[in-house]
Amino acid sequence: MSAPRVTRPRWFAALMTLTLAVTLAFLALPVLAIFLDTSPWALISSLGDSQSTDALALSLETSTIAIAVILAVGTPAAFMLATRSFPGRSLVTMLLELPLVLPPAVAGIGLLAALGPQGILGGALGDAHIQLVIQTAGVVVALTFVSAPFYLRGAQSAFVAVERSYLEASRTLGASEARTFLHVAIPLALPGLAAGLALAWGRALGEFGATLMFAGSLQGVTQTVPLAIYDQFAENFPAVLALSAILVIVSASLLLTVKLLTGARELGRAGG
Amino acid sequence: MLAAELELQIGEIELQIKLDVRQGCPLALAGPSGAGKTTILRLIAGLATPRSGRIACGAEVWLDTRAGIRVEPERRSCGYVSQDYALFPHLSAWRNVAYGLREHNRRERRRLALEQLERFGLCGRENARPAALSGGERQRVALARALARRPRALLLDEPLSALDPRTRASAGRQIAAILHESQVPAIIVTHDFHDAALLGEQVAIIDRGKLIQRAPAGELAAAPTSAFVADFTGAVVLTGTARPGADRLTVVALDGGGEVLCTSHGTGRVAVSVFPWEITLRRPDSPAGESARNHLRATVVSVTTVGNRVRVGLTGPQPLVAEVTEAAARQLQLRSGKLVTASWKATATRLLAL
Repeated sequence: MSAPRVTRPRWFAALMTLTLAVTLAFLALPVLAIFLDTSPWALISSLGDSQSTDALALSLETSTIAIAVILAVGTPAAFMLATRSFPGRSLVTMLLELPLVLPPAVAGIGLLAALGPQGILGGALGDAHIQLVIQTAGVVVALTFVSAPFYLRGAQSAFVAVERSYLEASRTLGASEARTFLHVAIPLALPGLAAGLALAWGRALGEFGATLMFAGSLQGVTQTVPLAIYDQFAENFPAVLALSAILVIVSASLLLTVKLLTGARELGRAGG
Repeated sequence: MLAAELELQIGEIELQIKLDVRQGCPLALAGPSGAGKTTILRLIAGLATPRSGRIACGAEVWLDTRAGIRVEPERRSCGYVSQDYALFPHLSAWRNVAYGLREHNRRERRRLALEQLERFGLCGRENARPAALSGGERQRVALARALARRPRALLLDEPLSALDPRTRASAGRQIAAILHESQVPAIIVTHDFHDAALLGEQVAIIDRGKLIQRAPAGELAAAPTSAFVADFTGAVVLTGTARPGADRLTVVALDGGGEVLCTSHGTGRVAVSVFPWEITLRRPDSPAGESARNHLRATVVSVTTVGNRVRVGLTGPQPLVAEVTEAAARQLQLRSGKLVTASWKATATRLLAL
């Protein structure tokens, strides 16, 4: 019997709407509150404060370097994970994703144990006169460590989604694997790569625990925006609000830029 | 000459095959889905590696597992067109064609690509992305791209299967012409015997990873070595020269003698096909039926029972095959060496361009 479909139960539609509304309110309210509690004047005056501007400059500098390293090293690595099968591949993937679930403080301890003066590689780094603790370079290491898995995950699934037949067609047309990677795999995976990049960058800008444990919180050297916020939190709440608002604006514009760039590309593709 | 000897386990199937293809004599690999046809092309193109085997194209050895030779796909110079054409979606038609022309400078690449597109009737479509092209256009861009590099071998995987029936016929004729023109060994994979007959000078029937039989299409249909091949081939294919005849019919003078009438139009070198179940047999001395216009004298060479049908292999001017009921076979006392007349209607005759 093929009776016409009965209309969907109303209560479920109501439930979905309600849960979405609750989710939206819960997630958006704190973000909005930062702006509602800050006057534009406070935002501007906070930019005159040297601690805030130092932190902002350091955050942008360290996160940009970290992202550049992640892109250069992570993209070919993710491509290999996505296109080659080798023994232990799932284990490798799991190990690479582990920092995602690591508490940031534990990540900092881990970095100290590995790269700190008393760490496993500490001696070797010392011999090479490379110092990371209480150094800007240490901040870059911490940011790279916590945000790389976000990019790797995004990049790996973006490369998996690229049809194998395109890569194979490229090879039969005389292109080496490296050329295929540059001219076919990356352009086709670009929206996914960009999404992973935005997530990783956002995570790097917000990084707190690992940086604090590994690099410390020294103004102008290792004190990024989240650390400056924590540092001033007790004494100057309005300044902290202003700095938070700036961090939100920077992160949001980053996300938006990436979305717009890849979105425009998508539209261009559809338009032929 | 392209020669391949391949052995590979694919799931349940043990692929074990030996093939050689001469230039100007395209080979159609036909067989049911899952027979291993596509895998054979991928192995030759270098996109997969067999457990053991050897592939040589002319003087070049592309693979020799015993000697430890395995040439990367980009160095094999195979024009490979996959079933989905795999046109790069982020590149326009001309950039797709130019992709393989890396040894030329930028201007030369564009010029060659546009020239190649024009040759394939794609003038004015050079800036279109694959998504904006029709199925037939996509297929032609894919062929143009594969041939632009002047490959040493051409491998086409189901070139017609992604096309709608209307485009299919003209695309099939075009590919057949290209295969004749391009002087490289070519292998075409298809699961359709009609396509195989149209595109291949020779047809190799593959089943479960093994080569069952290899011969010109007409011969396969007429003298199948197994019931599987007999069932698979479906149609009889005869070659000849067409000219317009009376009553707006086309007369095809068959190679080896005899004439056949058909309702579709064509001139010059053609192939005609007819399904064996359209062919009736009678004793040469008994009167012809009213409606059948085509009559050929032929000698029975084989009688094979397939289910409740009997396939009768015949040699006349050219080999052909008829399918009759068991009762008819008994009544006509069909056996090897018996002389019969094969008849069918002009409307049951298909004309294929060669």
